[in-house]
Amino acid sequence: MQALYAQLLVGLINGSFYALLSLGLAVIFGMLNIINFAHGAVYMMGAFVAYFLLNLGGINYWWALLLAPIIVGIFGMILERTMLQWLTGLDHLYGLLLTFGIALIVQGVFQNYFGSSGLPYAIPDQLRGGMNLGFMFLPVYRGWVVVFSLVVCLATWFLIEKTQLGAYLRAATENPTLVRAFGINVPRMITLTYGLGVGLAALAGVLSAPINQVRPLMGADLIIVVFAVVVIGGMGSIMGSIITGFALGVIEGLTKYFYPEASNTVVFVLMVLVLLVKPTGLTGRAA
Amino acid sequence: MNTRSIASFLLGTALALATTSGAMAQDKTIKIGVLTDNSGLYADLGGPGSTLAAQMAIEDSGLAAKGWKLDLISADHQNKPDIGTAIARQWIDVEKVDVFMDVLNSGVALAVNNVVREKNSVLIDTGAATSDLTNAQCSPNTVHWVYDTYMLANSTGQALVKAGGDTWYFLTADYAFGHALERDTAAVVVKSGGKVIGGVKHPLNTADFSSFLLQAQASKAKIIGMANAGGDTTNTIKQAAEFGIVGGGQKLAGLLLFITDVHALGLKVAQGLNFTETFYWDLNDGTRAFAKRFSEKMKNKAMPSMVQAGVYSGLIHYFKTLEALGGNPHDGAKVVAKMKEMPTDDPLFGKGTIRADGRKLHPAYLFEVKKPEESKGPWDYYKLVGTTAADQAFRPLSESACPLVKK
Repeated sequence: MQALYAQLLVGLINGSFYALLSLGLAVIFGMLNIINFAHGAVYMMGAFVAYFLLNLGGINYWWALLLAPIIVGIFGMILERTMLQWLTGLDHLYGLLLTFGIALIVQGVFQNYFGSSGLPYAIPDQLRGGMNLGFMFLPVYRGWVVVFSLVVCLATWFLIEKTQLGAYLRAATENPTLVRAFGINVPRMITLTYGLGVGLAALAGVLSAPINQVRPLMGADLIIVVFAVVVIGGMGSIMGSIITGFALGVIEGLTKYFYPEASNTVVFVLMVLVLLVKPTGLTGRAA
Repeated sequence: MNTRSIASFLLGTALALATTSGAMAQDKTIKIGVLTDNSGLYADLGGPGSTLAAQMAIEDSGLAAKGWKLDLISADHQNKPDIGTAIARQWIDVEKVDVFMDVLNSGVALAVNNVVREKNSVLIDTGAATSDLTNAQCSPNTVHWVYDTYMLANSTGQALVKAGGDTWYFLTADYAFGHALERDTAAVVVKSGGKVIGGVKHPLNTADFSSFLLQAQASKAKIIGMANAGGDTTNTIKQAAEFGIVGGGQKLAGLLLFITDVHALGLKVAQGLNFTETFYWDLNDGTRAFAKRFSEKMKNKAMPSMVQAGVYSGLIHYFKTLEALGGNPHDGAKVVAKMKEMPTDDPLFGKGTIRADGRKLHPAYLFEVKKPEESKGPWDYYKLVGTTAADQAFRPLSESACPLVKK
C-alpha cells in the first residue's frame, strides 16, 4: 500500500510535465489552429537556455525560470512571424509538416554541437534534499515541480478563460475580421499567443533540466506522449489538457509499478480507447 | 614427344600461369562499413566517433600508399534490428561492403550477425555487449572485440560481492542486452555467495526512473545493479542521487558505463562508482597519443570511448590480416580464420589474441570514478583499482556453448 502512494505521487510529478506541455499545445491549437510539432524542440531549447545562462552568464535557476521562457518565446514569435503566419487558412497538415521540419532542424543542430548524452544541470541549493513522508522519500525539487506547474497551469487557464485579454483572444479565433473591426490588432495577438505556448514549453524544459540530463533529444522522446495526452483530453481544450496531463502521469506511474514493460505504451492504448468511444477527446467539443 | 603432347603441355603451362598470376594480382580494394547509432542515446559512445576512429585506422594503416583502395561508409541503424539488417543486406549486396564495424546495440548486433554469416562477410563488433555473440550464437564470420556481458559481470560483479554487496536488485533495460547482462551478472553474484532478491525491466530509452528507483529502494537490496547503458544509465544515476538512495546505504552498480556517460553526469554525481572497461584514454603513452589526436578531430572535443577505440584497433588487425593474405579474397570466413591465427598488437589494447569462438582477449580494468578534487580537468575521470588478466577476464572455453569450439 505504501508503495502505491509513492507511485501515485511520482506519477503526479511526471503528470506536471505532461500538463505544462499539453497546455501549451492546446493554447496554440485552440487559438492558431496549428498542430505544433516543434513543441518538443522548444522544450529542449528551454533546458539548454537554462544551461547556457548558468554556465556562460552565471545566471541561476530562478532567473532562468523567468528568462528562458522569454528568450525561447521570442524565438517562437520570430518563427510565427516569418513562417507560420503564411499558413493561416491552409490545411492543418501544412502547419504540422512545417513545425515537424523545424523540430528536426533544431534538434539536429543541437545534437551536432552537444552530442546525445547531454549536459549536467544541478538542482538549485534551495531545493536540495528531501523529506521523509513515511511512505516515501520525496525530493524537495520534485515537490516544487508539482506545485509550481499546477500554479502556472491554473494561471494560464485563468488568463484565457476569465480575463478581458483572454476574451479578445477567444473572439479573435472565432471571427478575426469582426474583432479587427473593433480596432484590435489580431495578427499581433496571434503572435503573442504562439509565444506564450512556446514559453510554457520552455518553462517545462527549465523545470526538467535538474531532473533529466539536458539532452538534444529530450523533447523528441516526450512529445509523442504529450500529443497523445492532448488527443485524449480533446484538442484545444485548456482545462481538459491540464487534467488529462496530470491524470495520465498517474496512470503511467501505476503501470510502472504493476506492469513496467507496458509503461511506454499505456498512454497510447488509452488514446486508442478514447478515440474509439469519443473521437473529440474527453472534454473536446464537436468541431 | 609428338607435336600434340607438346601443344597440350604448353596449354597446361599457360593455364597454370594464368591462375597464379590471377592470385598475384589479387584484388586490393576494401570497403569498410560503420553501422552504428548516429542520432540516438548511444550516439556519443559510438556514432560519429566510431566513423572517425575508422578514418584514423585507414590513415595509420598506410595501405593507400601501398596501392590499396580503401572506402569507408557509415549508416544509422536507429537501434532497430529490422533497420540494421536491411542496411546490412544492402551494404553486402549493393555496396559490396567487406567488413562491418561498431554495430553497437545487442539486439541489432545479433540480427546483423546472422546476415553477415549468411552472406559470408565480416563483422568486428566493438559496441554490442551480449556475450551470446561468441557463445550460443557464435559465427565463423564474427569477432567480438572490446567487451561483453560475461566479462563485465565477472569483473564488476565479483568485486562488489567481495566488498560485502551480497544482496542485489536489478534495473534492466528490456531488450537482448539488458537481459544478457542481468543473466550473466546474476550468475556471478550467486556463484560468489550473494543473492538476487528482485528486479524490474524498464523500456529502452526511459526518461524518468523514479518509479523503478522507488521499487529498488523498497527492496532493501544492498546493491542496485544497473543492467542498462547510455542515457538510461546516466538518468538512473542522476535520479538515484535525488531520491537519496546512496545516502540510504544502498550502492549503485554501473555494470556498463562509458567515459562519455561519466562526462555527461559530471564527477559530482558520478564519483565513487565502480565499473569495468577494457580501454581508458589515460592508460599509457599509446592510448594518450591516440586520444589526443582523436579528440582534436571531434566536434565536442570528446575523448574516445572503448567502443570507438575498438573500431580503430579492430580495423588495424583486419588490415594486417589482409596484407598477410596478399590481397582481399572477399571471403569473410577465410579472413576471420586468418585473423584468429595472427596475434593482435596495437597501441590501444596492447598484445592480444582472438579465440576460436571469435572472442578477442585482452585485460579488463576495474575503475573507480575520481572525486571532483582529484580530477585535473575535463576527461580526467578514472582511477584504476584492479586488472583482470586477458585469460581470466572472459568466459572460459570450457563453459562455452559455441559450436566452433572443439572440445
